[in-house]
Amino acid sequence: MKITFDWLKDHLITNSKEQKLLEQLTNIGLEVESVESLSTGNELFKVAKIIKTEKHPNADRLKICDVNIGEKQVKKVVCGADNARKGLITIYAPPGAIIPKTKTKLIVAKIRDVTSYGMLCSESELNLSDESDGIIELPNSKYEKSIGKSYFSNPKSNLIDLSITPNRSDCLGVRGIARDLAASGFGKLKDIKEKKNKSKKKQNLKVKINTEKVQGCSAFGSCLITNVTNTESPQWLKNKLVSIGQKPISAIVDITNYVMFDINRPLHAYDADRIEKKIIVRNSKSGEQFTALDNKDYKLESDMCVISDHKGILGLGGIIGGTRSGTELSTKNVLLEAAYFDPKSIRKTAKKLNLDTDAKFRFERGIDPLSIEVGLNKAALLIKEICGGEISKTDIQKIELYKNKIIKFDPYLFEKITGFKISNKEMIKILDDLGFEIKKDKKYLKLTVPSWRPDILQGIDIVEELVRISGYEKIKIIDPIKKRTKSTLNKSQKLFHFLQRAIASKGYLEAITWSFTDSKYNDHFKDKNKEIKIINPISSELGVLRNSIFSNLIMYLSKNLDRGFKDLSIFEIGPIFTGINPGEQSTVVCGLSAGKKNRLSWIDNERKVDVFDIKKDVVQTLVEAGYNSDNFFIDTETPNYYHPGKSGRLFLNKGKDQVAAYFGEIHPNILKKIDIKTESLVGFEILLENLRLPKKNLKDQKTNFIVSDYQKSERDFAFIINKDVSSQDLINAVSNVDQNLISNIKVFDVYEGENIPENKKSIAISVTIQSLEKTLNDSDLEKINKLIIETVENKTGAKIRS
Amino acid sequence: MSDLKKIKNEFLTKLKEKLTLSEINEIKSNLFGKNGLISSQFKKIGSIAENERKKFASDLNIIKDELQELIDYKINEIQNAEINEKLEKEKIDVTLPERNFLRGKIHPVSQTIDQISSIFSEIGFCVEEGPDVENEYNNFTALNTPDNHPARDMHDTFYLDEKKEKLLRTHTSPVQIRTMLKDTPPFKIIAPGRTYRSDSDQTHSPMFHQVEGLHIDENINMGHLKGCLNYFIKEFFEIDKIKMRFRPSHFPFTEPSAEVDIGYEIKDGKIIIGEGDQWLEILGCGMVHPNVLKNVKVDPAKFQGYAFGIGIDRLAMLKYGINDLRAFFDCDYRWINHYGFDPLDVPTNYRGLSR
Repeated sequence: MKITFDWLKDHLITNSKEQKLLEQLTNIGLEVESVESLSTGNELFKVAKIIKTEKHPNADRLKICDVNIGEKQVKKVVCGADNARKGLITIYAPPGAIIPKTKTKLIVAKIRDVTSYGMLCSESELNLSDESDGIIELPNSKYEKSIGKSYFSNPKSNLIDLSITPNRSDCLGVRGIARDLAASGFGKLKDIKEKKNKSKKKQNLKVKINTEKVQGCSAFGSCLITNVTNTESPQWLKNKLVSIGQKPISAIVDITNYVMFDINRPLHAYDADRIEKKIIVRNSKSGEQFTALDNKDYKLESDMCVISDHKGILGLGGIIGGTRSGTELSTKNVLLEAAYFDPKSIRKTAKKLNLDTDAKFRFERGIDPLSIEVGLNKAALLIKEICGGEISKTDIQKIELYKNKIIKFDPYLFEKITGFKISNKEMIKILDDLGFEIKKDKKYLKLTVPSWRPDILQGIDIVEELVRISGYEKIKIIDPIKKRTKSTLNKSQKLFHFLQRAIASKGYLEAITWSFTDSKYNDHFKDKNKEIKIINPISSELGVLRNSIFSNLIMYLSKNLDRGFKDLSIFEIGPIFTGINPGEQSTVVCGLSAGKKNRLSWIDNERKVDVFDIKKDVVQTLVEAGYNSDNFFIDTETPNYYHPGKSGRLFLNKGKDQVAAYFGEIHPNILKKIDIKTESLVGFEILLENLRLPKKNLKDQKTNFIVSDYQKSERDFAFIINKDVSSQDLINAVSNVDQNLISNIKVFDVYEGENIPENKKSIAISVTIQSLEKTLNDSDLEKINKLIIETVENKTGAKIRS
Repeated sequence: MSDLKKIKNEFLTKLKEKLTLSEINEIKSNLFGKNGLISSQFKKIGSIAENERKKFASDLNIIKDELQELIDYKINEIQNAEINEKLEKEKIDVTLPERNFLRGKIHPVSQTIDQISSIFSEIGFCVEEGPDVENEYNNFTALNTPDNHPARDMHDTFYLDEKKEKLLRTHTSPVQIRTMLKDTPPFKIIAPGRTYRSDSDQTHSPMFHQVEGLHIDENINMGHLKGCLNYFIKEFFEIDKIKMRFRPSHFPFTEPSAEVDIGYEIKDGKIIIGEGDQWLEILGCGMVHPNVLKNVKVDPAKFQGYAFGIGIDRLAMLKYGINDLRAFFDCDYRWINHYGFDPLDVPTNYRGLSR
């Protein structure tokens, strides 16, 4: 909502300065968005007279004008207007002036080799009207003596842009703002005695509000003004509209706009001669069409509230009028409309048609239903004053009577909510200033809510009015008590934070990417999941919710590789989505590692990052998080975006849990398709919700500390085994031989090739044997050695290598 | 000269020469070996006349110790020389670079969330969460924003179905609804998380982060709200003096509603929070609307309290002087390295939010 201090002063008596006003507006909840000075440089535009014109030597349509701007020296200005001629009084803008319409600053410029000092202006360039044909022609009689003087007489006051919250429809008019200010002690609200419409003439154009199942219009007021001469608005009215950034059009339109901005009463003016017989307010039929004042054709659905006549639709009630019945300069008879439209109906229709107008904005927030007559009279009388003619009595059709809302308010509620007290007297004063009618009813206040406040429905709304006007600075700070009765984080949240930092501590940079992604990327990683489309995405590249974090992560990794980084590890912890219902999402820690280890190292051998690097990161992280790696179980069933032979799936416990993590090389086909430039790319996903939460707390007692001080011995074994038998099976076989004695098993060599039969491999392990009870003697060790070899050979089909 | 003196003089002379380790060992064995000169003398003790025996034994022991000490010294000297020579040979250029390492970083938004949680933890708030995909009821209707309410225009919503029943939450406020529906008062929670609006420019990102706060009990009023936020802002920016301004605003789910501005100034192109006469809006808040409480079956006659919503990304930008919101989600390696935090920098109350 744009206002000026000057306009406010039409309704408010105050001596305060603008700075104080701005502060107070914000203090009472009418936030000042911006303050723009429109007057700066206005004085530069001068009344000037062309004293000579000659044809431009290099351009047929241009003229070189000698212009008298009241100084000794005549200015030479190049001008393209047809009407530029000797003797014409017009408006001159010097170099340095900013043209209001284009906001461009004039400079001394050569136009086809002739230097032009400034410009002669059209009305459109000065935002005075839409007239852009030719430069302004000022009547000589009036302006002869003003040559050299500023054209704009009064320096305009600053344009103040307020951000009015959706509940405050009353402040979409200057008067409402003035009322709020006055209630808060900033000035005094002027008591404006509106002139009465004393006409005895009947409004003889019939208006009917049809009975509909849902009728969006509950009251329709009208006034007929006959024999008008529509004209340009007088200067005061033009100035008023221009001061808030509106463009004057014609007196009738300007007057309706003026009334709307002044008291938030939207009006519509019809050319009465173009209305067929009578006005019918009804619901639209599906498929009906009309051309609106924005020169667009609208095809309507059924049940939109329309104003029509016998011929068809005249306009969408409360939203926009139609071209067929719009007023023009030639309009002789005007029908003024002031109606009440239901906010919901307005909003529904405007949304469906994607229409946004000043009237719609106001009606959907709720217009004062009792402002019909005041608005009609104010506008009709102004039209009569400016355009002449004769006005009729106002006619108001209603299908519903407005009922005042009454709130029984307990003054104690104020203190209960705000924590501070104000006296009943103070409350009554504030509410009275805001327009409430107040009756005392024992300890309660019986409040009649003013008709312009559709937002006030219950006691709490009254509290807000009171605290807003008394000032939020009066609320006392109550310091919080430092006391904690419940754990801040639950176990899964703790796990989230732990995993996040555990992964980062392994050299991964944490990324946060969007929850949506490009379906092209998502397709690579959605595996068996459904694609989840966003109906109204920002762009097609952000069109789907991600089924995997990889889609975004790989895209950004690729961008970083393009920046010239080769060895990168990044991760993200966040949601992935499996459906459109709340809860169909899960949390994943997803990481990517690219490039080489020891690149260009003077000391270590360079190698590509591989599956076992990433497996280490996953396993170490899970172990750090408290899971026992002895129970980990790995198989090779992984989603299709991993390399099928170089990826694994990890369970915390064989047969007991869901998948805890995937790790592996990203499928080479994907790398090819997205054209990512790296020597190697491995990734992992830890599925948070699948991790069993530790039953014990860290604060609980630890298990007993049991270690053996008896001598331990290490024995090495090498087995020849089928290639497809996993080392995990071999290790499990060994460890199951005697879990009390075998304390550790390490694979220290894996070999295929020469001296090993085809389809076989050799795995060498080192087994640590230690008893909790005694030092093992040779025969004990021999026994267990034999048992290990036997068991492994039986269970895995391996042969010990001799 | 007695035999003992002779032995002593002879070997002291020998040991003065420059000797190798094996030469010394030879001398050692000549003296102390099974039939060594000193060993032989010890054997003689028994046969010496009783009146001289004591002195002989004492002299012998002194000579033995003296020679033994000298031998040990010589051996030690040689070994030291050998070690020193070895060490000298082993010398390397330690200014050569260490083995490569990768340093991980925590994203500033995550760090900020942890800081926020740490601060509110101190005054008894628990962390709650809700899903990113919400239904229209939790995101709007339950929050006193019925369909066709103009306040819905302030949220450019991403929808997931044509009926517009499923959406990406536009704020963290639906967590209020979920929390209150599943439990009974009192409630004292914060809910940080991702939020979404279809808005994208220099200062708006289609995804951003908010933290919701909710405190409902029997007598929680606007003074508590002010106190809580005042405490939070001071703690978060780690400064003692903060200028804070509450001004009336409107959110359908709170009444009365407020927006909170903090004072700032620009010094040398950097924003300084706390002093200065410029105001910066940092959050919205208010007393939870009785309609909202009714929607979640909490009796507004008995319970009341406040709620707030803070933009996390914006807080991080202000605290760490980050200018561009879009860069948060651009995943530029250099950016994360520059603005990220070491994973060991866990904000805690005993060692503070920052190092």
